Amino acid sequence: MEKLRAVHYINQFFAQIGGEEKADHKPEAREGFVGPGMAFNAEFSGKAEIVGTVICGDSYFNENLEMATKEVLAMIKSFKPDLVIAGPAFNAGRYGMACGTVASAVKKELGIPAITGMYIENPGADSFKKEVYIIETKNSAAGMRDAVKAMVPFALKLAAGEKIGASAEEGYIPNGIRVNFFEKKRGSERAVEMLLAKLSGKPFTTEFPMPDFDRVEPNPAVKDVSKATIALVTSGGIVPKGNPDHIESSSASKYGKYDIDGIFDLTDATYETAHGGYDPVYANQDADRVLPVDILREFEKEGKIGKLHRYYYTTTGNGTAVASAKAFAEKIGKELAADGVDAVILTST
Amino acid sequence: MCTVVPISLTVGANRIVPTVAIPHPLGNPALTKEEEKDIRRKLLNKALNALSTEVSEQTVFE
Amino acid sequence: MKLELGNIIIHDIQFGNVSKVEKGIIYINKNELGALLSEDENIKSVSFEIARPGERIRILPVKDVIEPRIKVSGRGGIFPGMIAKVDTVGSGRTNVLKGAAVVTAGKIVGFQEGIIDMSGPGAEYTPFSKLNNLVVICEPVPGLAQHAHEKAVRLAGLKAAAYLGNLGKDIDADEVEIFETPSLKEGILKYPELPRVAYVQMLQTQGLLHDTYVYGVDMKQSLTTILYPTELMDGAVVSGNCVSACDKNTTYHHLNNPVVRDLYAKHGKELNFTGVIITNENVYLADKERSSDWSAKLAELLGVDGVIISQEGFGNPDTDLIMNCKKIEAKGIKTVIITDEYAGRDGASQSLADADASADAVVTGGNANMLIKLPPMEKVIGHIEAADVIAGGFDGSLKSDGSIEVELQVITGATNELGFNRLSAR
Repeated sequence: MEKLRAVHYINQFFAQIGGEEKADHKPEAREGFVGPGMAFNAEFSGKAEIVGTVICGDSYFNENLEMATKEVLAMIKSFKPDLVIAGPAFNAGRYGMACGTVASAVKKELGIPAITGMYIENPGADSFKKEVYIIETKNSAAGMRDAVKAMVPFALKLAAGEKIGASAEEGYIPNGIRVNFFEKKRGSERAVEMLLAKLSGKPFTTEFPMPDFDRVEPNPAVKDVSKATIALVTSGGIVPKGNPDHIESSSASKYGKYDIDGIFDLTDATYETAHGGYDPVYANQDADRVLPVDILREFEKEGKIGKLHRYYYTTTGNGTAVASAKAFAEKIGKELAADGVDAVILTST
Repeated sequence: MCTVVPISLTVGANRIVPTVAIPHPLGNPALTKEEEKDIRRKLLNKALNALSTEVSEQTVFE
Repeated sequence: MKLELGNIIIHDIQFGNVSKVEKGIIYINKNELGALLSEDENIKSVSFEIARPGERIRILPVKDVIEPRIKVSGRGGIFPGMIAKVDTVGSGRTNVLKGAAVVTAGKIVGFQEGIIDMSGPGAEYTPFSKLNNLVVICEPVPGLAQHAHEKAVRLAGLKAAAYLGNLGKDIDADEVEIFETPSLKEGILKYPELPRVAYVQMLQTQGLLHDTYVYGVDMKQSLTTILYPTELMDGAVVSGNCVSACDKNTTYHHLNNPVVRDLYAKHGKELNFTGVIITNENVYLADKERSSDWSAKLAELLGVDGVIISQEGFGNPDTDLIMNCKKIEAKGIKTVIITDEYAGRDGASQSLADADASADAVVTGGNANMLIKLPPMEKVIGHIEAADVIAGGFDGSLKSDGSIEVELQVITGATNELGFNRLSAR
């Protein structure tokens, strides 16, 4: 296997140029390794070699983000690297931001595998953990040896295109992408240990931080519902009998769009549910219990609503990823808007 | 229209009408067909009311 | 309450002329067992297959997995209120045919669960690939309604397990374990310095193929209540649910509840394991509020310092989980919750449908949406075409060469939320 060409990005301090007083140091490229690059180079054990180091002062970088990134990137590119390592920045905030910016720019714009390393509380970690892999390090340069030992094998793995495991296995800061792996102990044992730690005030790490959900601004109210076109959408999986489009019983990969023109009632002969997450008996007997076509037709006749839109949309909510649901909704929403629908009644189970 | 209102609130729905039960949100197999239709009418009236009401934040229309 | 478990190690099952257990092998007279199960007039016929660890066998769709056990002494019989008469179990001596299980299979409604592969990559994700399984396939009488069909298959599985368990009644156990829970008063006096812990076990109770039974009672009809941990070991809680396969607790899981075992392991040493609070996951919002109110109230009444809460299922039960957690934390009682995740095939979506900041100590059984390729198997017990419609499968899951591309969701027990497995995610 050919030796990989690695480039190392560091700041003025680790390049031994100076401390705070030299934080305005402009981007500079040097052959071979500098400062901690020596330890990285040794750890590569011949599999890779640091062919060049790019140095930049933390203040200069952060105060001239666009320009500095361009300059640094050009210097990195000139070394024709197979992989790039930035930092590690430990707990230094500006250095962390710089390392994160450089590593993700290299990844995105040069298409070259890049990693960095930071202490979990470094502000650069939160900002960049989703963009690029950040190996978790201690909070000061006293953790350099451990950082090198963790960053090198991971960088080689990434450069080789190997499958990257879970954050806990590989040592990178959790980036929101959940990856399965096998722990040494079973879950119940880990739970008991976690509880004992929590009870005695000892530190513990949750295996899953609570998720965030986004918010949208409420739409203005419908001015006159008696003139409005209302569409029905459901995540309860109501489909024409036989589920002609094979919508999945869980983790739906698609939605269905069905014509209910001339249909005034859903019956057990014509409709059923595809959803595997609830007792299907009642919806199969009478799908109006989930998709209320019968009453909306009544409302149409009585003039309570202007019109029931001729198509309804359906998918299975059971185990379906938020990202998938979002994607369906974007498409469905576009079509409904184009069809002049004024409002949607969304039913769920 | 959903039964598990806390989930609708968590995921960010703005106009929420609580329904009967998970397997039959707009029905109740313990009742007669006519009684069920009545429930459905009441819930859908609430839904129309919700659509016609200005809201500035997540609102549950009980 | 004190229970002795006598484990009889089993390393094979074979069909034979006389049903017995000898030198670690269970011999089964098919006709005798078949006749016993066919006594249920809703069952037209029964067939049996054996699946051993390492064999190139795939079983689907799987309903329940049950461990054969028998009461040797002490009150009641295994599966009280279901197979045995109603009586309080969990004391005396129970023998276990360890290393064996009954697996019920066969189609009931559209979305069957799950798959057990006895070898290959799929075997890594289910504990049942390590057991010697007697697969019971029941044919219902024609026209049988779904709820009655489910019940017939459920009882057949329990009866088969009881029949096998009975074969171990007079066999000497290879190892004996002892589990003891004192009364609350005795416990406080005995372990005044130890933190008091309770286990809150959430049970799936949402209808056809989504139900759980406690002493024969449909748990959706029950208010949150309390059990001695050893009652679980004698089958007080029985599964009637299997959708989706990855995070449903089979009866085997209930009998071998790992939270109970791991709390007992530290009982009297690092903690005082006071008891089990069982609660349900109902389909009405008011029930969810009521049940979780009760979980918190009972935890407070028991005077515990911390609880472990295990979930069953996903989606709307995430609300029950968060309600239980929030309300118990609000009482000043510390919680750890055990759940699994539905983060999408790329692992990037939100794993739970509900959330709260107080759920700060979570153990996870892994992402159930992860895709897995299961190779073709030499023998399939059951209905291979079910792969396309079971929860976690999709149109095209089953390939022409017999291999299956599906989500982990389909594998029985894969992301178990009692913490039975070592699978996790970060």
